[in-house]
Amino acid sequence: MLSVRQICKTYPGFGIKDVSFEVQQCEYFVLLGPTGAGKSVMLEIIAGLTRPDSGSVLLDGRDITGEKIQNRRISLVFQSSALFPHMSVYENVAYPLRWCGRTRSQIDQRVAKLADDFDFSHLLEARPQTLSGGESQRVSLARAVASEPRCLLLDEPLSSLDASSRCEIRSLLRNISANGQLILHVTHDYTEAVSLSTHIAVMEDARIAQIGTVEEIFQHPQSQFIARFVGIRNFFKGRLKAPEAGGTSLRHFATDGLSFSVLTDRPAGQGSVMVRSEDVTITNAASPTSARNNFAGPIVDIAPIGGGVEVIVDIGHGKSLEIAAIITNEAVSALELRLGKKVWVTFKAAAAIFIEG
Amino acid sequence: MRSTSALRTDSLSLLCAALGGAVLLFIIAPLASLCLSCSLPELAETAGDDEVQASIWLTLWTSMAATVFCAVAAIPLAYLLARKDFPLKGLVSGIIDLPVVIPHVAAGLALLTVVSRGAALGRAADKIGISFIGNSLAVMLAMAFVSVPYLINSARDGFAAVPERLEKAALSLGANPFRVFLTVSVPLAARPIISGMIMMWARGMSEFGAVMIIAYRPMITPVLIFERFSAFGLKYAQSVAVLFIAVCLVFFVVLRLLAGGKKDAQR
Repeated sequence: MLSVRQICKTYPGFGIKDVSFEVQQCEYFVLLGPTGAGKSVMLEIIAGLTRPDSGSVLLDGRDITGEKIQNRRISLVFQSSALFPHMSVYENVAYPLRWCGRTRSQIDQRVAKLADDFDFSHLLEARPQTLSGGESQRVSLARAVASEPRCLLLDEPLSSLDASSRCEIRSLLRNISANGQLILHVTHDYTEAVSLSTHIAVMEDARIAQIGTVEEIFQHPQSQFIARFVGIRNFFKGRLKAPEAGGTSLRHFATDGLSFSVLTDRPAGQGSVMVRSEDVTITNAASPTSARNNFAGPIVDIAPIGGGVEVIVDIGHGKSLEIAAIITNEAVSALELRLGKKVWVTFKAAAAIFIEG
Repeated sequence: MRSTSALRTDSLSLLCAALGGAVLLFIIAPLASLCLSCSLPELAETAGDDEVQASIWLTLWTSMAATVFCAVAAIPLAYLLARKDFPLKGLVSGIIDLPVVIPHVAAGLALLTVVSRGAALGRAADKIGISFIGNSLAVMLAMAFVSVPYLINSARDGFAAVPERLEKAALSLGANPFRVFLTVSVPLAARPIISGMIMMWARGMSEFGAVMIIAYRPMITPVLIFERFSAFGLKYAQSVAVLFIAVCLVFFVVLRLLAGGKKDAQR
């Protein structure tokens, strides 16, 4: 278990204030925040590369705030490759194993096993500079977990990759996490957070704004900032069904008794669907429309927000499945919307974004 | 297509080429003239001269030894200068460049005040049976003094170019700072370090002023050339000079090639 307690660190014109959180074993914890929020500094403090002004870092109950980096058993993976260019892929992965008293053949075995698991057995003799972005990151991850660290820190590990490598590394990260590795992942990209994390801490202005599970953060953002930063109030976990015979990309996504129509070509499986509040329209009666998602329910909240009004409708039929729509003040009066009134909510299948994970 | 655009010239390039050509000529002409004024039999006779041979060997090995000994201490200093901020860092950098700036005869005198038998260091060395004066040790001292800035500056630039990310990654992978230095920083800065060592060695080998003050004997080749010139004139000095230039060039080119060959393996 990693626990961070009241960490403060000030730089000229920048700093982090009173940051505390805990990451349990087996958790995939994402530190989500915009650039400059202090996420990377937090990682450097946990890794031991930067010393905090105050506060402490505990790993498995032991205070490691003053511990030397090399004794912490915390590995760090960077955004761009930090593979050693003067060593082969094999030597890179073997590097952390050289310092923990293993024999030559034990190192050989471990590297071969990792190369197999991370699918780069054919690249062991290659130089890092000849690898693609995805290959580099696979090797970096293998090197980081080679000596079985207690905690794996990832600093924007996907942001310099193309879409297909990103997908590949994501599933690799899920596997590492499924093997019980404690992971702390820093990113500014909420889709990464949704797709990978079990828990999220949102950082805003050098402090933690909210900590919770993915659902908690996206469905109940505790501040304007989080709502705006994550951008999406309508967030549903569920399962994407396989495409029906006939093979269109219009697919069904099942969540809590309801089924949404979603436009995607992702494979079937667990995931989340997100709909921007701005993409949801409200009508007083069902009418023919091109939109594939139409649901009825009572209004449970009407609240002014920004330049418009946020209307929350419960479409769960007794199971409380809320969907938010942002509409204008004029629309509220024209449709005579009020609490408890039954309305229809509508959004297009193309407005429903599916993220696997 | 490529060659035509490369050949197409404008007036600025022409001017630069003309001026550059003049500079090149300025370097090449005296050397060529010196070499051409020596006949092959003369050179062969000089090459057979024991005194000349001894002085060339002495020059080569003392300058190399000075470089290697100095590197042990100078490379860590270069690392410090590249990576750490400390008080008076600017002053330290300035001090390192001092030997390049001051007249080398003055540098020789300065060294003499420290290592002569009357001075503290000289007395201390005397007690344990080491004498600096009239010794190859003194030659090395003088060579190292005037040439070490080349190594430090080159190595410092080399270390500064190693991404800190790599050192941080190595630390987080369980290597202690000494191992990180030896397995990551030094190998990645190897090329500038080696090229700095070659420069230091070449500079030390060509040193005359400081060595002449502190160790006229045993005689390194530059001192021998000077002695023959002042005793017998140009004719007798120039064949030694040509031979020495040839030897230096061969070593310089070979070492450069070796160091350059390493480049592809490194990056």
